[in-house]
Parts: sequence; structure tokens; C-alpha cells
Amino acid sequence: MFNWMAQVFSVTRFSMLSLPQRKGSSAAALLGIAGVVAVMVGVLSIAQGVMKTMESSAGDTNVIVLRSGADSEMMSGLGGDDTRIIAEAPGIARDASGPVSSPELFVVINLPMRSTGTDANVPLRGVQAQAQQVRDGFRLVEGRMFEWGLNEVIVGVGARQQFAGLEIGSSIEVGKERWPVVGVFEAAGGLSESEIWVDAAVLQPAYRRGNSYQAVYVKLNSRDAFGEFKDTLTSDPRLNVKAMRETDYYEAQSSTVTNLITGLGTLIAVIMGLGAIFGALNTMYTAVSARTREIATLRALGFRSGPVVISILSESLLLALAGGLIGAGLAWLAFDGYRAATLNWASFSAITFAFDVNLKLLVQGIIFAMVIGLIGGLLPAIRAARQPVAHALREL
Amino acid sequence: MTKINTNSTLVTVTGVDKVFKRGSEEIHVLGGLDLEIPDGEFLALMGPSGSGKSTLLNLVGGLDRPSEGKVEIGGKRIDKLSDRKLAAWRARHVGLVFQFYNLMPVLTAQKNVELPLLLTKLSRAERKKRAAIALDIVGLSHRTGHYPRQMSGGEQQRTGIARAIVTDPTLLLCDEPTGDLDRKSGDEILDLLQALNQEQGKTIIMVTHDIHAAARATRTLYLNKGQLSTEAVD
Repeated sequence: MFNWMAQVFSVTRFSMLSLPQRKGSSAAALLGIAGVVAVMVGVLSIAQGVMKTMESSAGDTNVIVLRSGADSEMMSGLGGDDTRIIAEAPGIARDASGPVSSPELFVVINLPMRSTGTDANVPLRGVQAQAQQVRDGFRLVEGRMFEWGLNEVIVGVGARQQFAGLEIGSSIEVGKERWPVVGVFEAAGGLSESEIWVDAAVLQPAYRRGNSYQAVYVKLNSRDAFGEFKDTLTSDPRLNVKAMRETDYYEAQSSTVTNLITGLGTLIAVIMGLGAIFGALNTMYTAVSARTREIATLRALGFRSGPVVISILSESLLLALAGGLIGAGLAWLAFDGYRAATLNWASFSAITFAFDVNLKLLVQGIIFAMVIGLIGGLLPAIRAARQPVAHALREL
Repeated sequence: MTKINTNSTLVTVTGVDKVFKRGSEEIHVLGGLDLEIPDGEFLALMGPSGSGKSTLLNLVGGLDRPSEGKVEIGGKRIDKLSDRKLAAWRARHVGLVFQFYNLMPVLTAQKNVELPLLLTKLSRAERKKRAAIALDIVGLSHRTGHYPRQMSGGEQQRTGIARAIVTDPTLLLCDEPTGDLDRKSGDEILDLLQALNQEQGKTIIMVTHDIHAAARATRTLYLNKGQLSTEAVD
């Protein structure tokens, strides 16, 4: 065993020492793998970014109440009386102004994207004062809060970055009116940062909604209070509603878009990966061919096939690891934190998010690179090991 | 010196056929060949290209197996050994000298000579010591730290011979050892092989095209169309 390990170590060492002699083909394989990993990590970081945005939106003790049968705010509708009954349910956290329960209205307006100039559906949310208490991390970062009862809006930092005409001092067109932008807010990277907020009492008449809302966002005393809260609402004959934890709601909301992006990203990675495997195969066949004399001599001297296979695989895996690290590093430098917008298929409105190149993705990228290296090195390694020694020596 | 046994015949090749297949075509390189080589002999194998000299050398060195017949070295039949056992046997009993030296370009002369010792359980210090002795025998103790590219052809071949003798093998197999060298360097290599045969009792089989080289051997055999004879055939 010791002897075998010593052979593996020695043969692998020759392999590594002779790498500079094959720097051209090695660099080509390395860069090919780096490109695949960079693209794969880049695309998958979109899905991660969307998921992170959704997760950031969801408070641990937060609950959303919609009309029974509605899967999203767009499809929901609640009367003003319903929202008051909901606010009285047990388990809701309270502050100085009463229960932390926020009835909200949700419409979409058209605004041009900064990047393309094409119109996108931007969420316009009508809120009451409690909207700020329900959302953890809500903070005005520029300007001021709109005046209650006035046609003024505040915009999320994501919305301002992605859509044109949302700077403080400019105004948005709602019906025949223009509503000035007076402030910019952030909400811990959550979904709200893609939105424009206005007083619900102003939005209701502008859209002829009377005294109706679409959802009630509630903060509970504790996670455990959800069961009683939900049972109270669903058993109340005056209400026809359903209550969901925000975590579950946003997970369901984001699943379509994240599954689509993840599926697409994986497909792209697999197709590019196949190309990279051929690149690695070519490189390793070239390496084996260039080392025919060396490998045949070692085997003639008494070195066994196993160490030869392992040395070729090691070289291939080393190239793949280097390519993976470079690709992952490039993806991190190029994409992490890059902000963009996409369509939330559940609400048909845009959500802004930041590409999220996290550790899990980087590890996935490097593992993918290693798989490419393993497949790319295996066949040439087996060929080198199976070639009869006498035959290989004759080919020199 | 390690000997496999004290039998005066070291190599016995009996009824050996070797057939290579190229597609559906069969090429008979050796046919019913018999050969005995006494311990301590320096045998030169001559013959035209494609006559089977290297094939016979490979069979005796355990680098290839006969299609028919048997190959015994020191009374041990090697053609029936598994690949793994054959590799271990080669490492222990055979020293190989190649026409183009086959040194590892990334290793110094010292490290090249140490290569076969990596297959033994010798300590690092012992490996280094034995490699230094082998390099001294071939007159290269002043070139231990040089890489093959920094050495002349003659010096590279001496390094190759040092690598072949470092394990103190029973049998030294040389395939055209002077084929890539000028006359002067070739003569030096032949002097060295002759000394190894005469002073250290090494059994040597040397494949060569060169009559001048073959003259240094104690016996010369000619291979033609897969058959051995003591006289050259035109």
C-alpha cells in the first residue's frame, strides 16, 4: 500500500512538473471551464437573488391575509369592514397606535425601465401608517414621508434604480394627475423596495376602489400565535379569508420565477459543460499523447497502471479546480450585488433584486468544474493505462 | 548482485510465437523460436528492421507476452504472471536501456536514476546513496544535479544505464543503446556495458544494427523472418 501510494505521489509529481510544457492546451481547457462556471454561477445567482429578495420580505412572525381562493394580492379583495375584524383577531402584536395590522391596496402602473426604455409593470401600493411597522427594516433614506391625504408618493430604492422618473422632485402619472415623488425608502432588501407607496386613502378613489383593500399584513406576537390567529379568522362567519405565513406566501410567489431561472441556468450550464468536457478531453488526450514516452517508460520500469490513471486524473482535476476557482471568482466580481428587475409571475409586476453570488453557488460551480475535469480526464487516463507497454514504447 | 537462482542458464525461451494483429491481418513476427542464454553472457541480437529483435527483447524483459511458447528467467516462467506481478518482477530483475534514453525531462540525473528505487521500500537517504553510486559507476558523479536537456546524448545514455543498474538487476536489456550516438560516445557506452558484463557479471542482451557494437558482445545471434541463426543472412 505504501509502495502504491509512493508511486501515485511520484507519478503525479512528474505530471505536475511537466504541466508548463503543455501550457497552451492546459490554459485553453482551464479558461473553457472558467467560462462555464462563470456563466452557470452568474445565471443561478439571478434565482438566488430573487429568492433572497422574497425571503428578506418575509418576517418570521408576519402573516398575510387574502380573500379565500386568491393566490396573490392581485386576485384578492377585502372590504374595509373585513380589515377591521382581522385587526381584532388574537395574537396580533400591538404598539402605541394599536394592533400592528396593515390593510393595503395593490395596483400596477407603467413606467419605463432605465436599461431598455420599455414599459414595465411597477407595483403601486396604497398603505396606512402601520405598513412601516409591519415591515422590518423600513427606513426612509432620502427625502421625507408623504403627507397622509395628499397625492404624494415615496419609492423603494430598487424601484428608483430600475425605473425612470422616480427621482425626488419628479412625478408619476396616475390617471389624469401627477403625483410627486417626495422620498426614497429601503426595507432590508425586501420586495417592498421594488414598489411605490402612497396613502391608501388617496389610491382608493383614484382607482375607484371605494373602501376596499386587497390584503392585510399582520405582525404576530410570536410564531406560535399563528394557529390561533388563523383559526379565528377562518372560523369567523363574517369573513371569507385565508391566512398564510409570509415565508410560505413569498416562497410560493417566487417559485415560478426561481424555478424557471434555475432550470434555464442548469440547462445552459449542462450544454456549456458538455463543450467544456470535450475541451478537457482534448487537452488530456494531448497531455497523454505528449507524455506517451514518459508513461510507457514508467510502466516499463515497473510502475503500475493505477498511479498513471491517478496522475492524469489529478492533472485534469487540478486544471478544473483552477478553472472553477477563476470562473467562480469572475462571477463573484462581475455579478454579485448587480441590480436588475424581473417579472414576478404571481403579481405580473416587476420586482427588483440583486444578483446573489453566495457561498453555496460558488461551491456548486467548483464542484461542477471538478465533474467536468473528472469526465475529461477519465477516458484519456484509462487509454494511457491500457495501452500495452511494448506497443507504447514502439510508438515513440 | 541479486541472482534469481544459480542455474547456469539464465534465460530459456521455448517454442515462442509472436503474432501481431493489424485489423484482420495477422503478422507473424516470431515463429517457434528457441533460445538459451547463460548467466553472465553479453549477447548481441542483430537482424534487419522488422525481424523481431525488439519483440524478442520485450518478451524476455516481460514487457510483452508470447502468443505461444514459454519464457523462463532463472527458472521462473514469466509469461504466465499477471500484469501486476509482471510489473513487480520487471522492477526487481530487469534493467532497461533505451535507444532514446527515455529520461524524465523534469527530473535531474540523480532523480532519474532514483526512479526505479521508488518502487522499493528503501529510505530516501538510501535511494539517494544508491543513485549516487550508480552515477559514479557510469562516470557521471559530477552531473547529478543536471537535467537531461543540459547533458549530451552520451551523458544522457550513461544516466539511462545508471537508472538500469541502480536496482542491481539480474538482466540488462539494451535496445539500440548506441543508435542515437556518435561513434565516440557510442564507444564509451559500449566500454561501459562491457565493463558491467565483465567486472560485475551482468547478463546483457543488446539489440543493435551496428556490427562494431555487436563485436563487443561475447556472442552474436541474427534474427531473420522470426528465426535465430548464428550467422547473418543476406
